[in-house]
Amino acid sequence: MSLDFKFVPDDFGGFFRDETFRETFTYTNSNPRRFPFPFDRDDYMYSVNMEPHVPGRPGTAFEHMLDVDEHYIAEMIDRAKVLADDPLRCQSLPHMTLAGWDTLELIMEAKARDYPQWFSLTKDGNRWHWVNRPLGIEHSFTFLDESTLPYPPFEYIMRQTQGDWTLQDERDGTLWMDAGIATSQADWSVDFDVGMNFMEWHAPVPLAHEKGVFDRALKFLLKLQHGAPVRRFNWTMTVNPLLDTAPETYPRWGPMKASITPENLGAKQHLRVELQSLYRLPRSNAIAFDIRCYLCSFDQIVTVPKWARRLHRVVRDLPEELATYKGFIRNRPAMVEWLSRHDDGAPTSPGWWPDD
Amino acid sequence: MKVELTPTDAPSIKSRPVYAALEPRPGKLHVIVADCQGAEAVTDMLAKANDRAEFLAAAHVMYCPGPAGVDLSARLEALGAAQFFRAPTIPALLPRLVRVLSDAHMGTQFYLAGTESLIGQAEREIMNTGFPFAAIQKEQRGSTLRRVQCVHCKGITENVATDPFKCSHCGLNLFVRDHYSRRIAAFQGVNIDAEDPGQVPESVVRFK
Repeated sequence: MSLDFKFVPDDFGGFFRDETFRETFTYTNSNPRRFPFPFDRDDYMYSVNMEPHVPGRPGTAFEHMLDVDEHYIAEMIDRAKVLADDPLRCQSLPHMTLAGWDTLELIMEAKARDYPQWFSLTKDGNRWHWVNRPLGIEHSFTFLDESTLPYPPFEYIMRQTQGDWTLQDERDGTLWMDAGIATSQADWSVDFDVGMNFMEWHAPVPLAHEKGVFDRALKFLLKLQHGAPVRRFNWTMTVNPLLDTAPETYPRWGPMKASITPENLGAKQHLRVELQSLYRLPRSNAIAFDIRCYLCSFDQIVTVPKWARRLHRVVRDLPEELATYKGFIRNRPAMVEWLSRHDDGAPTSPGWWPDD
Repeated sequence: MKVELTPTDAPSIKSRPVYAALEPRPGKLHVIVADCQGAEAVTDMLAKANDRAEFLAAAHVMYCPGPAGVDLSARLEALGAAQFFRAPTIPALLPRLVRVLSDAHMGTQFYLAGTESLIGQAEREIMNTGFPFAAIQKEQRGSTLRRVQCVHCKGITENVATDPFKCSHCGLNLFVRDHYSRRIAAFQGVNIDAEDPGQVPESVVRFK
């Protein structure tokens, strides 16, 4: 989408929230129980933790292959602003165009199938007709003919899709991040990382290399089959519901980390969850990696008693290297203090779902 | 933010290229690009060649002095390669490499030796032409001064010796993250006092 889009919040039964991820920070979750809480036990350490990406419980972020939630329009407006400020956030090396078309097809088919009230795709051979009602987009184009779209295929579909995505080319027995978009990232630079292989772009992660996590993950991913996507979680912490925590703009958002007080912590401190899913693409044999960001304030998380207890224990016991890498070492003592008031010490049940 | 600086003698980081000694390989053309004390890596390699004269008859040597002025060009020129070129700096060397690459065929062997800055920039030009990774050998010798890209303004500061340092483009105080991009041929520099403006640790010399 482009910035001249006019958002009418009352459309679509008022489903889509009119909210911001910057300046006024009006983002919130209408139903925090929908949040994909990432901890299935009371402690955390890196692991490959992949599972098949199959449709899950209705009413959760797992119901469909791609989750289009109440934040969709607001996130796409935020993405358009980021790309207008810094076009380097979306890059695709020349040999990745076919993988971009594969990704466009994957997303259009999934959205038209799972959300027919909002999206439709009709095909007449290579003549495709795409309608995205929430964003007011309607295009007829020729599949695999770049000249028929207003943007290259990867950027075109990314301007209509939540989550940061990277496209990995497979060669020399490894994966190369040769295309990507990042406007809702946990402090990594697509501009710096594009062109790197799997081990190179994971280089700054502490502890995990030594545990063999990346060797196992790469082996697993090289066997990924078309039609059998997988998913895993990652997480970090963010002060204020900032989608775009890019290293590029760190001097602008870094100072917010110093704004936490015991009084404002519950509202300002957000758990940031990445629901990551991976898809083998049919024509290019590339792997598409979707890093979907969900934010939930501590105030909202502790409305679920099991999550309140567990988050306290995870944050309290996390190894110092990880808290440093994840960028919240300075606020950890305040977070643990605040969370401890919501942990009565009762045991928690296995798995991440709420108890009730 | 607490910043942990990796000691320069720490085990190699994962995105940092790993260097081995250059080995002579059979090839139709040997493109040798070196700077600084990389010249010694080249002469050491030649000492291992079965037929040194045959190797040199198919060799094109490009050299420039190191960032601190180490100039071993006379030693390389005296080898008697088919072609020898001395450039004053890396930027002055690269256009010739690009021209040579435009005529190079598969079966060409590449030998890069010297500073990481030279190796990285030469490798980037070679990979842009589509030569396989496996045809490129790299050996780091001499200066460990780093080429660093500011992740904020995207400007590159050459020959970084201290950590943290001031970006030569936007002036922010940057620490050198142990994260290396082959495409940019540079390490990543990240603002060290973003969360607490003005709180800049004392610079230490980490790269020489």
